[in-house]
Amino acid sequence: MSSAALFGYCGAVLVGLGLYGLITRPEVLRKILSFNVLGSGVFLLFGVFARRGAAAGLGADPVPQALVITGIVVAFSATALAVALLVRLNKETGQIVVAPDDSEESGEQGATR
Amino acid sequence: MTLVFACEVVLAGLLVAIATWTIVARTAFAAIVLFMVYGLLLAIVWVALSAVDVALTEAAIGGGVTSMLLMGAATRLRAPTTPVADVGLPLRIAAGLLCALVTVVLGAVVFFLPDVAPTLAPVAKDNLAASGLGNPVAAVLFVFRALDTLLEKVVLLLALVGVWSLASDEAWGGVPGLPVYARPGRILVFLAQILPPIGIIVGIYMFWAGASQPGGAFQGGTILAAVWLLTMMARLQDVPAINARWLRLLLVVGPTAFLAIGLAGFFIADSFLAYPPGIAKPLIIVVEATLTLSIGVTLALLVAGPPERLPQR
Repeated sequence: MSSAALFGYCGAVLVGLGLYGLITRPEVLRKILSFNVLGSGVFLLFGVFARRGAAAGLGADPVPQALVITGIVVAFSATALAVALLVRLNKETGQIVVAPDDSEESGEQGATR
Repeated sequence: MTLVFACEVVLAGLLVAIATWTIVARTAFAAIVLFMVYGLLLAIVWVALSAVDVALTEAAIGGGVTSMLLMGAATRLRAPTTPVADVGLPLRIAAGLLCALVTVVLGAVVFFLPDVAPTLAPVAKDNLAASGLGNPVAAVLFVFRALDTLLEKVVLLLALVGVWSLASDEAWGGVPGLPVYARPGRILVFLAQILPPIGIIVGIYMFWAGASQPGGAFQGGTILAAVWLLTMMARLQDVPAINARWLRLLLVVGPTAFLAIGLAGFFIADSFLAYPPGIAKPLIIVVEATLTLSIGVTLALLVAGPPERLPQR
């Protein structure tokens, strides 16, 4: 097995792990963290494709690398916005989850407010 | 070769273990610290994949600034009065199966990749000389796919507009709610005094070296953002109000310079974001220098969050 393939499988596992956390962790902050793990797994797959495209004396194909750099910055932007929304949600409702257990009740409250 | 591969296997195993721990960790604080470690390990993986530019970005933004942002959020959140209910076992099993399936499919994709990988490396290499740059990744970012980079800067600014728009009406135009120490410890003050000069030099060097070696505007800008945040948290410097004119100017100078030079491409070269041969490199350096400043300020303000209090007069 080549090292590119090894990190490819690693990326696949990270995507699965991140997705699992995104679904099963109720707290929004943990969902944001899981989403970042998921994203880094996808980026790692890009890195594997870049590495496999090594040619012309370059260690890796520069185009996927540039896309990943752009992707990391955009992922950070999304994370910053999500965190700001979470802090505001917490300030307004005192909650750290999006869907409270008594969703019907709070829905009515929201309607009458 | 086998020794290197053995190290890579250990690295991959460690990465997966830390990622798992990040997901299942009990407290948010532990999870964020683990995520920071995860980001640094991932940076080493990027070096192993011969992508040093990405490694620098991952260490600086993926691991560093993101963790700092999350840590700030974790300290600001009020704990809920009722404990958060975990999801039930059936849902967990179903989610586990789904995620395992996703992993297996992605793994199969990696396994069945064609032997001869498609690549744009020769094309990038052939046109590298015309771009005037020595670093192929920088050439892709600022010449071959400059539109991506320009739009990404716009995304950063839009995210900042989104974050600011969450401010309450009274606090608009005020000071971001970056957690600062009321009485910073002596070690923090010492580090906040000694690190900024080093950080500023490293940040500027990284942008400068980025033309021919790994590095560039993002990585340099992130380091500038980090030292600025450090001095603000140690209260050596005030957090600026978001309606300060110099601040607004710094935020847009990079994207504006990029766009202006891009539009000038219609007249001095043959199309949008095209550089005339010969002076391509000086133009790119101007764009990168202003972008480094803008990125630094934008990242720091994204971490600082929406304005929360009015400036003290």
